[in-house]
Amino acid sequence: MSATATLPAAKAYAPSKLGERLLSGFTWAMIAYNMLPIAIMVVFSFNIAPNGHVALKWLGFTLDSYKHAFAIQDLTGALVNSLEVAAGSALISVILGTPLALALARYKFWGKTLTDIVIFADIAAPAVVVGASLLALFLTLNLPRGLLTIFISHVAFNVAFAVVVIRARVSGLDRSLDRAAADLGATPWVAFWTVVFPLILPGIVGAWLLCFMLSIDDLIITTFVAGQTLTFPLWVYGATKIGTPPQVFVLSTFVFIGGVLLALANAAASRGKKEAT
Amino acid sequence: MRRLRGKLAPYLLSLPSWVYLLMFFLIPLGSMLGMALATGDPLDGYTMSDNFQEFVDAFTNYQDSFYRSFWFGTASTVVTLLLAYPVAYWIAFHAGRYKSSFLFLIMLPFFVSFVIRVEAWQFILADQGFIFGPLKSIGLLPQNFHVLSTQWAVIGGLVYNSFAYYVLPLYVVLEKIDRRLVRAANDLYATPATAFIKIILPLSAPGVFAGFLLVFVTNVGDFVNADILGGPGTYMIGNVIQDAFFVNQDYPMAAALSSMLMLMLMLAILLYSKAFGTDAIQEYAA
Repeated sequence: MSATATLPAAKAYAPSKLGERLLSGFTWAMIAYNMLPIAIMVVFSFNIAPNGHVALKWLGFTLDSYKHAFAIQDLTGALVNSLEVAAGSALISVILGTPLALALARYKFWGKTLTDIVIFADIAAPAVVVGASLLALFLTLNLPRGLLTIFISHVAFNVAFAVVVIRARVSGLDRSLDRAAADLGATPWVAFWTVVFPLILPGIVGAWLLCFMLSIDDLIITTFVAGQTLTFPLWVYGATKIGTPPQVFVLSTFVFIGGVLLALANAAASRGKKEAT
Repeated sequence: MRRLRGKLAPYLLSLPSWVYLLMFFLIPLGSMLGMALATGDPLDGYTMSDNFQEFVDAFTNYQDSFYRSFWFGTASTVVTLLLAYPVAYWIAFHAGRYKSSFLFLIMLPFFVSFVIRVEAWQFILADQGFIFGPLKSIGLLPQNFHVLSTQWAVIGGLVYNSFAYYVLPLYVVLEKIDRRLVRAANDLYATPATAFIKIILPLSAPGVFAGFLLVFVTNVGDFVNADILGGPGTYMIGNVIQDAFFVNQDYPMAAALSSMLMLMLMLAILLYSKAFGTDAIQEYAA
């Protein structure tokens, strides 16, 4: 990018001012469309909720739902379940995924193509199929469905995402750094922890965050493996049939704000690190 | 010793993930294929048989849902592609130093639960909601006008939920295109349209197809959009699988249907890797 920017006559490339303006208008329109449901969620969390359900029409501003954000015990419990599973499964996924990401980014080995395909298949596999097959497995093993089976299933789909994100970070690393470490007498183990790990940490944190969001969001696979245990999306899904209490929108707004802040913090931290090196 | 360790390193590093994926991804999928071939019922247990009757039954009984799922999947993926491509193109070529900010805006919906996003659309599209309600009361729309519980609501929901998933692979591939190629085309008097069709479009093909694969497969197997935004006439194959498991407890049938979806995915991946190779395939996925 920067190399081409210094060349003159870059203008010749620009398609046309009108075309570009139309495209940028379209992009902004799509961003607005993309945000619309989020706006609905936030705005309606402040709506007056008669008989405990979110109304379809704007009835007036209130903070009541925020004052009683945790009033529905089942819902709060479901959110706590979701947060626990998300944090734990993201951590295990990152621990399992980092070594594989290193192997894929730095070595040529027998079975690499197959590994690539399996990782992609894990990401692309339809959630109903993954959910159904895991339920069949748990039924065969006679494993009672609950938090543990949800946790196992979430790691099963998150591992692939962790590998892809961390791999991208490892590929961007300068290999001469750990060669230098080796020349200075560091064992691969020491070189990893003192040189490589600090540099790929933003990627690992980013992967953890992505896994966390995917886990807290998962509905389809979780419906199959949850048994009687409820996670936040399962509770919300159940409530769509009978009317959604405003607390759903309030808690979801909290999760949204928390997730955005974490992502921004990680982006800022990783940018700072890049400038430092 | 050291060289041996160097040779073994990638295998040792891959081992933990491989064991996990074998246990909780590959073996369950394989055994589901086995279950689809089994006969029996939940009470008496199942016996393995090598007949494919279950597959034939699954298809003939749920033909409508199959066709409908394919129609919803195709329509939603094509529409998403048409919406996502210009956006990815503009961000890759014109957003300058704000690229990552724009990508962040595109990814914002990931921070809100999938169910809640679908539910928000239920709000937006409701017959008496804040959009159609007022339009109806001032007579701009007929009283019996409705979008919810039609196939268009389901397709719309699928499009919304796949938009960000499609922008990302398109952006990755467009971003990598060497700008000098485009400039060379301009120097040789290609119109912007010709440059786009002859250079940018072919070079972005891997991202277009990888995204198509991801979005299409996800959408064909979805049941949440159909359940929340659809009605009796929008029953998809995902709904059938879910009911086969939880309502009818017909596991072989559910397994047969799931296996068919999975085989379709495997076929698509095979075709893709034949055409574009597997080196970059993951880059488009996350």
